[in-house]
Amino acid sequence: MMVVYALYGVAALLVLAPLAIALGRSPRGSAVIYGASLIVTLTLGMIALLNLFEYSGRVSVVSLPLGLPWLGAHFRIDALAAFFLVVVNLGGAAASLFALGYGQHEDSPQRVLPFYPAYLAAMNLVVMADDAFSFLVSWEFMSLTSWALVIAHHRIKENLQAGYVYLLMASFGTLALLLAFGLLAGSDGNYAFDAIRATHANGGLAALVLILVLIGAGSKAGVVPLHAWLPLAHPAAPSHVSALMSGVMTKVAVYGFVRIVFDLLGPPDWWWSMVVLGVGGITAVMGVLYALMQHDLKRLLAYHTVENIGIIYIGLGLALAFKAHNMPLAAALALTAGLLHVFNHSVFKSLLFFGAGSVLNATGERDMEHLGGLIHRMPQTAFVFLVGCVAISALPPLNGFVSEWLTFQAILLSPQLPSWGLKFLVPAVGALLALSAALAAACFVKAFGVTFLGRASTPAAQAAKETDTNSLAAMFFLAALCLVAGILPGFFIDALAPVTRSLVGISMPHQAGVEWLSIVPIAESRSSYNGLLVFIFIVFSGTLAASAIHRLASDKLRRGPAWDCGYPDPNPATQYTASSFAQPIRRVYGTSVFRAREIGEMPAPGSILPARLTVKLRDLIWDAAYAPVADGIGYASEKLNSLQFLTIRQYLSLVFAALVLLLLVLAIWP
Amino acid sequence: MRGLSFDIAHMLAGSLVLVSFMQLYQDRLYALLNIYALHALILAMSVAWQAFVQDAPHLYLTAVIALVFKAIVIPTALHKIIVRLGIHREIETVVGVGPAMLLGMGLVALAMVVMLRVTAEADPLAREDLAFALSVVLLGLLMMVTRRNAVSQVIGFMSLENGLVLAATGAKGMPLVVEISVAFSVLIAFIVIGIFLFRIRERFDTVDVQALDRFRGERR
Repeated sequence: MMVVYALYGVAALLVLAPLAIALGRSPRGSAVIYGASLIVTLTLGMIALLNLFEYSGRVSVVSLPLGLPWLGAHFRIDALAAFFLVVVNLGGAAASLFALGYGQHEDSPQRVLPFYPAYLAAMNLVVMADDAFSFLVSWEFMSLTSWALVIAHHRIKENLQAGYVYLLMASFGTLALLLAFGLLAGSDGNYAFDAIRATHANGGLAALVLILVLIGAGSKAGVVPLHAWLPLAHPAAPSHVSALMSGVMTKVAVYGFVRIVFDLLGPPDWWWSMVVLGVGGITAVMGVLYALMQHDLKRLLAYHTVENIGIIYIGLGLALAFKAHNMPLAAALALTAGLLHVFNHSVFKSLLFFGAGSVLNATGERDMEHLGGLIHRMPQTAFVFLVGCVAISALPPLNGFVSEWLTFQAILLSPQLPSWGLKFLVPAVGALLALSAALAAACFVKAFGVTFLGRASTPAAQAAKETDTNSLAAMFFLAALCLVAGILPGFFIDALAPVTRSLVGISMPHQAGVEWLSIVPIAESRSSYNGLLVFIFIVFSGTLAASAIHRLASDKLRRGPAWDCGYPDPNPATQYTASSFAQPIRRVYGTSVFRAREIGEMPAPGSILPARLTVKLRDLIWDAAYAPVADGIGYASEKLNSLQFLTIRQYLSLVFAALVLLLLVLAIWP
Repeated sequence: MRGLSFDIAHMLAGSLVLVSFMQLYQDRLYALLNIYALHALILAMSVAWQAFVQDAPHLYLTAVIALVFKAIVIPTALHKIIVRLGIHREIETVVGVGPAMLLGMGLVALAMVVMLRVTAEADPLAREDLAFALSVVLLGLLMMVTRRNAVSQVIGFMSLENGLVLAATGAKGMPLVVEISVAFSVLIAFIVIGIFLFRIRERFDTVDVQALDRFRGERR
């Protein structure tokens, strides 16, 4: 019955969309729509939570007489769907709450409001769909509504271009998924997931499906090298939508991958995991390296989504490896790590995008070089943004650490794998994961330091005001969630038990009973982690140190010059900038990965021209994978252009020739 | 009875192909129209025979539609149009008659090879019918491609439709609705094309479609 209630919720969201068209221009419109979306997503989240806990993922199914006449539309909530519904609706509720404040400043709400609830509904539908047709329709609906949100501010030229690239990649991904489902359904056309589950595809076909799903779901999730649209499109949307796209929609794509590869495709081959692990490792490192080179705050966050998707794929790849080698406990651990990171990333990435949105609202700037010193003007935003930064950098005691630690625990189990390929690959992927974690920390030191610390670089940053209560409430809620998931991870791991049980047949050991609220993934003798103790220790020692300093040090307040490098210069442009912070890392990795070139121009002695340092970066993935395709299409369309200007008889002859050719093929075909 | 009914159906469908060749051969508009009327008449006979053989009374209706509209109304109307346009003595040349006939023969052979192979298990009556129908369709298309005058392109289109009707009636159990809608669509197409003919004529003083190309500034 749960699925029926959930569908009522989705229907409510779909009703909100036309309502929003009517209300779009009225001053109360955005409050009504976002308020209603908040209530509906909260309800949907509750339904999903109930399904996950109370019924421990019992399956509930409904089929509606919609869609294809002989198929209908099937919807289903099982443990996996319930977990992802929680992620989707938690993100949706937080974004709606944030938008209650943030949406007030929107200059063209009628372009955002109608698509927002429809977008939420589409993501819910993707997760609930139980046949290929409904899945693809919902998936495409999700792409289209988010595309409309990306180009909401269509007067900015880059947004239109981002929308174009996004639309192209989205349809490409859907094409791959369409082919994958076509192969899964076989020649009988069994598009219901139940029928697909019952018939397992054999070796070569299953491998083809895996590759297609990796492309189809991966292009939506932002897997390298299919990530090109993501850092363009995510920042272009209004910030609460960016949070949804980055924090939630990429997770829906991960859901598609998990659903097909773990659930529908049948038992995996061992080498599948090599592909997934390799893709995950490269994605993680490339994502964070790209992020380090950015100085646009929202684009930096979008590139970090690419990195985190890589981490999630590493977890999923490990789970595939262990599942293929019949090591269910280890598979459960790796899958739990991946799924927990799905949840964690959706929480802290939404939080960070909200923070970036608040900054954007307060200053009108996304470029970090034009910000700075915001901690004095927006102290609460700065605090929650710091929490998000710590969480995404995977520092204890926050939640990012837990999932990455679990991933490492799974990596440490890899010597037990029998195949040599994996024995060598998995530690290498572990090294990539460690590298990306360290680089992520560096990147967020840069993001937080340059944006919030130092002195304001522009008058806009100087004049910033603290953001409104609703936005702050949403951010504090997510920050609290980061902390709770960090210090009490056992409950979250236990919540994932029904999901892993349904996908790999077994779940991680029950964590709620472990003493002192520790988590013990494999055995006490191997490893355990206690977030609560770490938290108490940090709080205790921090308080102790602070009070000792306050007690023992002089209590006279003294304000001195900041960031002056020994030269007290009143110009804030002399501060450490984002690009100067990233320069050492650019020197190390950038020359090979981005062909970075630094060109210094020193004016001749006596000249009054300023000295300049220009950095040129090239996106090699774009050059290698996208530019040739674009050039090829351009060339072909130029050649085919003359077909636009034929005479009527020539067109008829073309049709005729094509028909005769096809008949000839039919005649000659053996 | 079985053998005789098959032979007659075979003969009528074969005559349709033969008349299609006559259309292809004929390059005077007036005579072309007469041959088209003959084409439609044979189609009506063939459909009526199918109705008798298959014992499907609704096919008689199709036959009547074919007879009234395609063999009488449309040719008469086209006659009038041609007279009003003053092109009833026109002789047109695009592809020579000889090559066109050779191409047509090739197409008929192709249609036979394709159809007889893919319908190996079908009822022999329907099988032959489908093969002839495909030939008629291809010959109609060939006519549209090789003619320059808009009126003869219309006739090519109409005879192509005739081929479709022949295929539809050959297959058992084709619902009446489909046939009526096909007939209706032909009528609509005829009206639309007729109107267009006059519009083209008003504008360019000719129904030679080459004039349209010249107007667009294209080279041939």
